[in-house]
Amino acid sequence: MRYLIIGTGPAGIAAAEKIRGLDEENEILMLTSEEIAGYSKPLITYFLGRKVNEDRMFYRPPWYFEERNISVMTSTKVIEVNPAKKLVITESGEAINYDRLLIATGGLPIVPEIEGLNPSEMEGVFTFTQWKDSKDVAKYITDNDVTEAVVLGGGLIGLKTTEALLELGLKVSIVELSDRILSNTFDKKASMIVTSALQKRGCNVYTNDTIVQVKGKKKITKVVLKSGREIKTKLLIIAIGVKPNVGFLKESGVRVNRGVVVNEHMETNITDIFAAGDCAEFYDPRLGKSSTIAIWPVAFSEGEVAGYNMAGERVSYQGGIPMNSVEIAGVATISVGNTSAEVENVEILEYESDKRSVYKKLVIKDGKLVGAVFVGDIDRAGIYTGLILQKVDVSSFKDDLMRDDFGLVYLPKEYRKKLMEGELKVWLE
Amino acid sequence: MAKRRSTADFVLERDDYKCIRCLACVRVCSYGANFYDERENMVFTENRKCVGCHFCEAICPTEAIVVQHNPLAIRWNAHWTSEVVTDIMKQAETGGVLLTSMGNDKPYFTYFDRMVLNASQVTNPSIDPLREPMEIRTFIGKKPLSLELEESEGSVALKTQIAPQLKLEVPIMFSAMSYGSISLNASKSLAKAAQTVGTYFNTGEGGLHKDLKEFGENMIVQCASGRFGVNVDYLNAGAAVEIKIGQGAKPGIGGHLPGEKVTEPISETRMIPVGTDAISPAPHHDIYSIEDLRQLIYAIKEATRYKKPVGVKIAAVHNVAPIASGIVRAGADFVVIDGIRGGTGATPKVTRDNVGIPIELAIAVVDKRLRDEGIRHLASIIVAGGIRKSSDVIKAIALGADAVYIGTAALVALGCHLCQKCYMGKCNWGIATQDPKLVRRLNPEIGARRAANLLRAWALEIKEILGGMGINAIESLRGNRDVLRGVGLQEHELEILGIKPAGEAW
Amino acid sequence: MVKGMRKKILVKEEYCIGCRLCEIYCVTAHSQSKNLIRVFRYELGELAPAVIVEEREYTTFAVQCRHCEEASCVRACITGAMHRDSSTGAVYVDRDKCVGCWMCIMVCPYGVIKRGTGSNKVASKCDLCLDRELPACVENCPNEALVLTEVNE
Repeated sequence: MRYLIIGTGPAGIAAAEKIRGLDEENEILMLTSEEIAGYSKPLITYFLGRKVNEDRMFYRPPWYFEERNISVMTSTKVIEVNPAKKLVITESGEAINYDRLLIATGGLPIVPEIEGLNPSEMEGVFTFTQWKDSKDVAKYITDNDVTEAVVLGGGLIGLKTTEALLELGLKVSIVELSDRILSNTFDKKASMIVTSALQKRGCNVYTNDTIVQVKGKKKITKVVLKSGREIKTKLLIIAIGVKPNVGFLKESGVRVNRGVVVNEHMETNITDIFAAGDCAEFYDPRLGKSSTIAIWPVAFSEGEVAGYNMAGERVSYQGGIPMNSVEIAGVATISVGNTSAEVENVEILEYESDKRSVYKKLVIKDGKLVGAVFVGDIDRAGIYTGLILQKVDVSSFKDDLMRDDFGLVYLPKEYRKKLMEGELKVWLE
Repeated sequence: MAKRRSTADFVLERDDYKCIRCLACVRVCSYGANFYDERENMVFTENRKCVGCHFCEAICPTEAIVVQHNPLAIRWNAHWTSEVVTDIMKQAETGGVLLTSMGNDKPYFTYFDRMVLNASQVTNPSIDPLREPMEIRTFIGKKPLSLELEESEGSVALKTQIAPQLKLEVPIMFSAMSYGSISLNASKSLAKAAQTVGTYFNTGEGGLHKDLKEFGENMIVQCASGRFGVNVDYLNAGAAVEIKIGQGAKPGIGGHLPGEKVTEPISETRMIPVGTDAISPAPHHDIYSIEDLRQLIYAIKEATRYKKPVGVKIAAVHNVAPIASGIVRAGADFVVIDGIRGGTGATPKVTRDNVGIPIELAIAVVDKRLRDEGIRHLASIIVAGGIRKSSDVIKAIALGADAVYIGTAALVALGCHLCQKCYMGKCNWGIATQDPKLVRRLNPEIGARRAANLLRAWALEIKEILGGMGINAIESLRGNRDVLRGVGLQEHELEILGIKPAGEAW
Repeated sequence: MVKGMRKKILVKEEYCIGCRLCEIYCVTAHSQSKNLIRVFRYELGELAPAVIVEEREYTTFAVQCRHCEEASCVRACITGAMHRDSSTGAVYVDRDKCVGCWMCIMVCPYGVIKRGTGSNKVASKCDLCLDRELPACVENCPNEALVLTEVNE
């Protein structure tokens, strides 16, 4: 029997680990379209900023797979899945059979249509989702003496890339369509703190704006913004987001909405085909809706659930929530859950200290914590995450939540007891 | 006269090089004696607030702290001692009765220290307790004068009905200390230790906390003049009932637990409203004679269906022997006698230090009196008040006791350093306090382990000494005054103790 | 998932006396000199205890990494630095791999992972003192409010 896993990101690896934990005998084969497997994608910006060398890029080093008897085929892109024959077809025409298949192909960068831009022909324009991108950008900067760059998209990838470019001494301009950077997870105040930290480091932040035209013949020379501003640049990074990488499933019969639709066991509509991670769209029967949360911990957890179920152990996924931790321009930030004030009937608790550049916000709905933002001071943020995930009623200790010394001691005794005795299971059931 | 600040009893010396500013001493002192000066980055002590409990010294990780007596708090004077002078000053200030805690600390001499034990040489070989059985199990309760046996079909059965007994694996029990005077964790420690070793603890007069119910088989419940928490369930909750008439630390007076200490759980246990003073009257208002006492004893026996021994506790006073005789005749299954060294959570100093007689003399006269009257078998004698070590236990039993109660020694095992400030309710060791911040300092698992260790250690020593005397059962030691000799005692004292002077053979 | 015996520190909340000795012994056990006085005098700047003492009115307790069976921090770690040691079952940080993204801080429901101080900008947490017979905090807790147990999984 063969377990076939397409993708070597966190979902794929988590699944392989779980399968191996439960099934020591059968073959596990992992495929990746990239040249290298087992490296960590979030580290590609650290690599660009020279904070992480080649050795430290490996989330799971090559020997790790060997040790666990997991085979990996790199540079193997799957272009078709045939459930009837239980086969996948690769770009090179090879057919690989499977008994159980996991689709963990992650996301593909979104490239908008911009006048004058044909990324495959124009040099100096990059998306930024693979290690190869990071290496290519680094090489391009050196080869072309790049001293300034434009980053399109003020989301997480855009900002982490910006930070790496700042590390390399480049002058960076960020162009963001919405009214603030990190608009998905941050409110105005949190955004402002990060924005001013970036500005202090010489970065330009243009919000409510976008690139309408790219100039340059073979190589990019300039971008024109909607506001009319023109920025001279030899480098453009496009980081406006990713979409599930599911194009190859078109003919397969696997149900795809935005991503591959899966139930709480990470099963698709077709027997023996599972999906997990950024390419999957989890339908939560309790909420009656489906969503893709493209973050590492969710991908990893979904991968684990897929692994359990592929190996025959019935485990249900509890659903995840968006969350992210990122340090930008020296400012540590964490956002968890629903952090926007736009949701109705919520109560907002805020703490602000200009002196310390600290901002904290908690969003409470129906007595329960549903979202949290921490900027500048992230210590013990996980306690709040726990309250959100466990849906603990915080009404009785609401006034303590913003205390400087807030900790487990302020939690209801019952919850604390369960927590301390390790009785709470987050994410998996 | 200008107000005079009281003199510090103790001086806390802190080695500044060793002090790592961990501030543990600051955090733990319930009297607020230690404090940290942030600007100086130094830890200081207000010596006047120090009670000499040594908790900070015990917890200091670098041994930077030494607590010492203030050597010349008051100019030295053999008659006007610093204690006397300080007491006068306090009374001049307050106009009130001086309170204190724990037992009498005055240098009356201790008869235990003037008695020595015998050992076997040549003619009656000694016994090695590690090789041969050594019986120290003790039964408390009324014994029959003779046994009647019944023989049928080749087997023999006991015909005599034996009165209810307490079975002690060691002849040592934990004396009455109420929940209120000591913390629940202290009670739990003793209860657990009693259970482990196979002996008994005593609830004191504070009623029974629900957490202690599970230790019923190793518990003696007390019924005192305040009758706190006493009902039929309470009387039946333990293995025996003890009527408390008096206490060695405060003969002739009652007790008073101030309303501030009557917290929710205490109120529940004592069955009185929160915040009210818990006053134990000096006498039981229904006992003015031996006949009255007999009524109470039998009322309790009725309530417990004659299944539990009922005893009476009195303080050792001048007339202890005839009183004990009356108690036995009133139907008590055991008599508890508490000597002048007996401890307490709070008592007027003048009473503690001056009223009552030494337990050694009381044991001797009570045992003799009951023997002379032929009623010794009707009740066991339990003695208390200043039993400090295994040799005190052996000597007490040799003088005529069946078993002893230990209170102070047990608390010392739990951490008590005899600072005598129990009445303040701020005990840093978590023993004599109800402050939830302090109570948690006594982990009952540790407490139980230590108290049980103490009993085990004493039991081993008792066996060692018995073996040395060629005795293999504690039965043979009881009232065996021949094994005792007095050193430096006057003739009449020897007579009262019923022992010969050292140097005199049998 | 590691099967077999796994060491775990039990926190007995009702017996913590709030002395905070666990903190200083933790720091000392992870210092160069392993000596309380020298640590205080020469090494304190770079060190932070991995045990956190919480206090509110009379309730105090010390808490350190629970080494969870299903550890959120291991799931969330983007570098593989946070990992479970297969021989001991404990959760460790590989300091060379950690890049300080603080995903682990975001997900730890106990709040016991800290940002490293000084030059060590990596996640810092309890390592169960596996080079010692007993963790320093457990060994030196004066009231046995921290107890080492072995759980079978």
